[in-house]
Amino acid sequence: MLETLGNLGAGFSVALSPPILFYAFVGCVIGTLVGVLPGVGPLAGISLLLPATFGLDATRAIVMLAGIYYGAMYGGSTTSILMRIPGEAASVMTCIDGYAMARKGRAGAALAIAAVGSYVAGTVSIVGLMALAPPLATFALRFGPPEYTALYVLGLLVLAYMSSGSMVKSLAMAALGLLLGMVGIDQMTGYFRYAYGVVELGDGLGVVPVAVGLFGVAEILASAGQAAPPEVIKPRMRELLPTRREWRESGWPIARGTVLGFLIGILPGSAHIIASFVSYAVEKRWSRHPEQFGHGAVAGVAGPESANNSATSGAMVPMLALGVPSGPIPAVMLAAIMVHGVAPGPLLIQQQPQLFWGFIASMYVGNVMLLILNLPLVGLFVNILRVPYPYLYPAILIFATLGVYAVNNSVVDVWIMLVTGLLGWLLRKLDFETAPVVLGVVLAPLLELSLRQSLAMSDGHYGIFVQRPIAGTLLAAGAALVLLNLYSVVRRGRDWRAKLALAEKGEAQ
Amino acid sequence: MTTDRVAGIGLALFALIILEESWRLRLPLGTMAMPGPAYLPALLAGALVVSGVLIAVQGARAPRLGAVGWSEWRHAVAILAVCAFIALALERLGYRLTMSLACAFLLVGVERKSLVATLIFAVSIAVGTHYLFDTLLRVQLPRGAFGF
Repeated sequence: MLETLGNLGAGFSVALSPPILFYAFVGCVIGTLVGVLPGVGPLAGISLLLPATFGLDATRAIVMLAGIYYGAMYGGSTTSILMRIPGEAASVMTCIDGYAMARKGRAGAALAIAAVGSYVAGTVSIVGLMALAPPLATFALRFGPPEYTALYVLGLLVLAYMSSGSMVKSLAMAALGLLLGMVGIDQMTGYFRYAYGVVELGDGLGVVPVAVGLFGVAEILASAGQAAPPEVIKPRMRELLPTRREWRESGWPIARGTVLGFLIGILPGSAHIIASFVSYAVEKRWSRHPEQFGHGAVAGVAGPESANNSATSGAMVPMLALGVPSGPIPAVMLAAIMVHGVAPGPLLIQQQPQLFWGFIASMYVGNVMLLILNLPLVGLFVNILRVPYPYLYPAILIFATLGVYAVNNSVVDVWIMLVTGLLGWLLRKLDFETAPVVLGVVLAPLLELSLRQSLAMSDGHYGIFVQRPIAGTLLAAGAALVLLNLYSVVRRGRDWRAKLALAEKGEAQ
Repeated sequence: MTTDRVAGIGLALFALIILEESWRLRLPLGTMAMPGPAYLPALLAGALVVSGVLIAVQGARAPRLGAVGWSEWRHAVAILAVCAFIALALERLGYRLTMSLACAFLLVGVERKSLVATLIFAVSIAVGTHYLFDTLLRVQLPRGAFGF
């Protein structure tokens, strides 16, 4: 405990240095903008700013990118409450009661509760991250290739299970991503695979062009050309303070959302989206007045907003402790620190204490900055929504192209973005999730290497994956998820994932 | 045809293309103890064929392809064409000129905005982002044959 506090103190000496404060602030501002703008999620925002971090050291880079991530969670609530448009997917549930509160003249109170809930959840969940990441990293030193293979397989299975649609579809998307991730030179034999003679594809498909294409460009393709945007409800400054009753009603939902969000955040998948949905469902079930949900229930704003912020800290646990991304956003953040020669994995905390503890401390500081940014300056951010979409999307497209090109100074990456953008748009039209594709692309080289090393260790016997206790346990957990999914298919009941799918399509109630 | 049937068939076809490419390139499968470069791709492609077929078979109750709204397709084609133009022109014409032209095409050609507003917006966004990223953040952006 004392050691942790000492490390945290050292972290604060890093985080409170003017350059780190500056990059945390820049990240928080950009993150809030990214969250406010419909169509630009945290993944696209982080991907776009990735090249700008190349000139920074690893600590500043990850501090800025993390600021964008949790800043987007704060900002996402603004459009949900004032326009009933989720600025990013994790704010879908806030649309329901947040907008209803705004219609009743309580827009300011809803924004304040969302910001305070996000602040409390963001700050408390960092304690969880501090407590969990170091021991998990120590435990992961026992991992060999079979354990990592099992972990990657489990990650993909959890992501597929947690997805809101069919598990078969999600697994097909993961397989598609894994296959796309195998384009290029095979790292063990040097064979050139599936590149159709394009030499630039030797290093494979980059995570950034694939992620920006599947999320950013696909969103622009889907939303450009739509009718005029809906009206924006403008909050008055004097309405920002919630009443005593509203504070009382938001206390427990914030606490529950924080714990739930952190635990769900650790799991692979679009954790912040799932966390907000589960929190909403829990609050509705525990409420003494469930009939108020959908008509401006305070708990319907406080719970989900706390949960999606807490989930961002949870998502950092496997990323920092194991070097394994739990989703596309941590994957791009890992890519950012790898560019600076920092090797992710269980030894990161020991070898880069300044980076790890400085990053942790900067998250505390960043949450304070976001609280300040999101309450008094909410009117400023709302003004951005007044820019007509026909002007907004060409600007977003230019930012996307710039970000993708600048990673490798390669137009091939722009072509990859174009093709994956088209693919993402079509997949959305056909009701497929694209997050497993990105995670597949990230995990493909890691999975292939660890699988081949494992089989070489065991002389070709797959039994190695069940004979070793850690690998066996991880695979058993994966098998249990598949069985759980089969059970719900056989029962033909509408479980929470089906409800999540409906909620994401705007049919929740 | 339903959406799931189209997607299932598409995924299975993609997997077959991967298998065909492995065979055409004569990528070795290797042995169980020493898997080759085609080992995992072949396994995954096989899994994708099975998934694709399953999705297609179970997809009778999915919405019909025509029932999915495609109203934005003209915008989508224009945006993709602009992306292709950027990829082709970026290193030839330079960042500022390419982005100004791309933005101007979207605003005038697709969104029917006035020429003056378009020019101001397109040039500002191209020059502004160039200044922010190239000059301030030192991200190297191409200048092209005309020095823009």
